[in-house]
Order: sequence, then structure tokens, then C-alpha cells
Amino acid sequence: MTITRRQLLILLPAAAVAWESVLAGTPEASPNYTMTEHWWGMLIDIPKCIGCGNCVRACQAENDVPDGFFRTWVERYHVDDWHLANPQVISPDGGKEGFPVAKEDEGKYFFVPKLCNQCADSPCTQVCPVGATFIAPDGVVLVDQKYCLGCAYCVQACPYGCRYIHPEKKVADKCTLCYHRITKGLTTACCEACPTGARQLADLKNPNDPIHAFLKTHSVQVLKPQMATGAKVFYNALDGSVR
Amino acid sequence: MRIFKDAGHLFRLAGLFAVGTLGFLAARSFIVPRSFGQYGHYRGAAIAEIAAHPIRFAGHQTCEACHADVAQTKAAGKHAQVNCEACHGPLAKHADDPSIDPGKPDTAVLCVRCHAASAAKPKDFPQVDAEQHAGGVPCQTCHQPHSPAIGAGETK
Repeated sequence: MTITRRQLLILLPAAAVAWESVLAGTPEASPNYTMTEHWWGMLIDIPKCIGCGNCVRACQAENDVPDGFFRTWVERYHVDDWHLANPQVISPDGGKEGFPVAKEDEGKYFFVPKLCNQCADSPCTQVCPVGATFIAPDGVVLVDQKYCLGCAYCVQACPYGCRYIHPEKKVADKCTLCYHRITKGLTTACCEACPTGARQLADLKNPNDPIHAFLKTHSVQVLKPQMATGAKVFYNALDGSVR
Repeated sequence: MRIFKDAGHLFRLAGLFAVGTLGFLAARSFIVPRSFGQYGHYRGAAIAEIAAHPIRFAGHQTCEACHADVAQTKAAGKHAQVNCEACHGPLAKHADDPSIDPGKPDTAVLCVRCHAASAAKPKDFPQVDAEQHAGGVPCQTCHQPHSPAIGAGETK
């Protein structure tokens, strides 16, 4: 078989493309889960949170989170009318073992569970110099720990303080929204362990998810909306003093 | 060809450039992970790696597959919305191999974790000052955790 120069020039780019696809390999087969069919977020119902710390403990057990570091934690706010702009916030050991008993006092108390907001326009993924953190096609912000350099740019970039450098692995670590669970049809460990239903996993692309009815009928906010992060963790009845 | 007269050095340079480019492309195909760019500017295989993390909390559906009786008791009581592992802890190992003893949770710690009275808790959430309420008597003397209203549920 002889190939003319013209044919060769046409074939070369085609062969290059074919070789690229060989190099890329076949995508991982994950049965019954199509990433593009989901858009994950979470709903946090502040009036239901009792500050028991179940979510913090469950998260640490499920995800091997080292002591003193948190993928999720609970803050207790105390706001009285003299200090509206300066609420007292405590989170002893991330609220893992609950909170000290509060006596009847002036002002209001409430608990605010926090976790990665799974931002659709996340500041953390934008600053990563090597492409080690990214938004997966289903809207979950993940860290590729084999690729991460541990430069901590993302730790500084997160406006919610949701990232840390893992003390042993020396790479960035954060809430994965229990990616290993939600891709298998389970809810997150924190939602599973929450006794009052204050935390609920939400799939915004699923038209039957109760999140849609909830968002339509409740006063829902995200944290730091002025940062335009496209946060997907929604807080019901969030007080204005929360930052 | 007149035009290429005295152009040998340019050909050598072009050759060097071609070798350099090929070397770069070859090195790049080795260094850049194969799945990089599969979905975006990141290693696509990382997604499957993260999804492969082991599960610790089996999920209440798994528990209910065997413990239907408890699920029934619980569904009728005030703790209907409380998932099994909220109190019993992560038990995927027990779900995989039922011969592994899940242990009995300690009600002295568990009940007050949620129900200890505190002004910080929502007002409509049932709370007690355990000392005043029971005076040191263990909670499960009167309340059965799976259906806590007095006189309701199993007596186990």
C-alpha cells in the first residue's frame, strides 16, 4: 500500500487524536451513577439544630478526619440586642462533644453547622496552581490528594474556612460531601447521624427532591452571598449576625 | 533551488527545533496523567479514587433490612426520625458481617447529649435537667430509647 503525501497529511492528525484517546484510557465504570444527572448541595435547618455534635463525630469517623481538624463543625451564636453586630460565637472542639449548658439569658441562641459550601463558582478551585482541586461534573468540590502540592493557596482562598492541610498527608483536605456515599445512593454521614433532620443532602438536579418545595416556601440564605461564590449549602432561617 | 542557497544553518536549526518539540511532546505524554483533562483541568481518575473511600455508616435502610422489628417500634414513636447510627454509631462492619458485635450504646451518655436542658436549644425540643428529672436513675428505667414515651415500645 502506498500513501501519497496528501493522504499522509490528512492521516497524521487523525492518528494523533486516536493515540490521545488510547492514552486517556476508558473512563471508570460507575454503575447506576451518572455525574451529569446530579447537582449536589445541602440544606441546613437552623431551628432544628440542637448542637449535639453528632454530625461532627460522624464526619470524623466516616472520613478519618484527624483530631483538631474539621470537615464540618458546629458554632453556637449568642446575640443580644446590645451586640447585634458582635455576636458571641463558640465552637469548643468543633462542637464535637456538644456545648456548655447555657442559662436563661438575655438575647437569642442558635447553632450554625458549617461545612464546605460546595460553591458553583468556588474561589478555592480558581487559585489552585496545579489543578488538584476542582468542581466535579455533579457540583461537588473535590481535592485530588495525589496531585496536591500542599501549597495551601486554597486554604487561604476559602471564604468559609472549610479547608485545612492534613497534618500527616501534608495536602489539602476538605468535606467531599461524602462523595463515596452519595455516588452509591446513600446520604452523607452527617445527615445520616443528625437526629433532628437539621441537615439534609439535596440534589438540585432531581426534580423530585424535597429541596425544591422547601426553597419555594422558606426563607433561605447562603453564607456570605456578597462573595458571589454560588454556594450550594442553604440555611433556613439564618440570622443576619452569622458570618 | 536557489532560494535555499546558504541556508544549511536554518535547516539545522529547524531540525533541532523539531527534535526539541518531539522531545517535549514525548515527555509530556509521560508526565501528564492520562485522565488529565477528561472532564476539565484536573485528573479525571481522581473522582473514582475519592468515590472508592470505604463506607463506615451503613445507612438506616441497611439496618432495617434485618432489624425490621426495631424499625417498626421506632416508626411508631417519637424517635421515628432518628436514624439507627445516630445513637449506635458507625456500623457498616457489623452490616457486612453480622457476627461482629455492635456493642450496646451507653444511654447515660447518649440521652443527655441531645436532651440535656440548655437555653441555647430550640424551645420546642424536649429537654430535661437529668439530675432534677431522674435523680441519678438511668434513663432507660422509664424510657425505652426506640420509643421513648413512658409505657410505649418494647421492654428489652
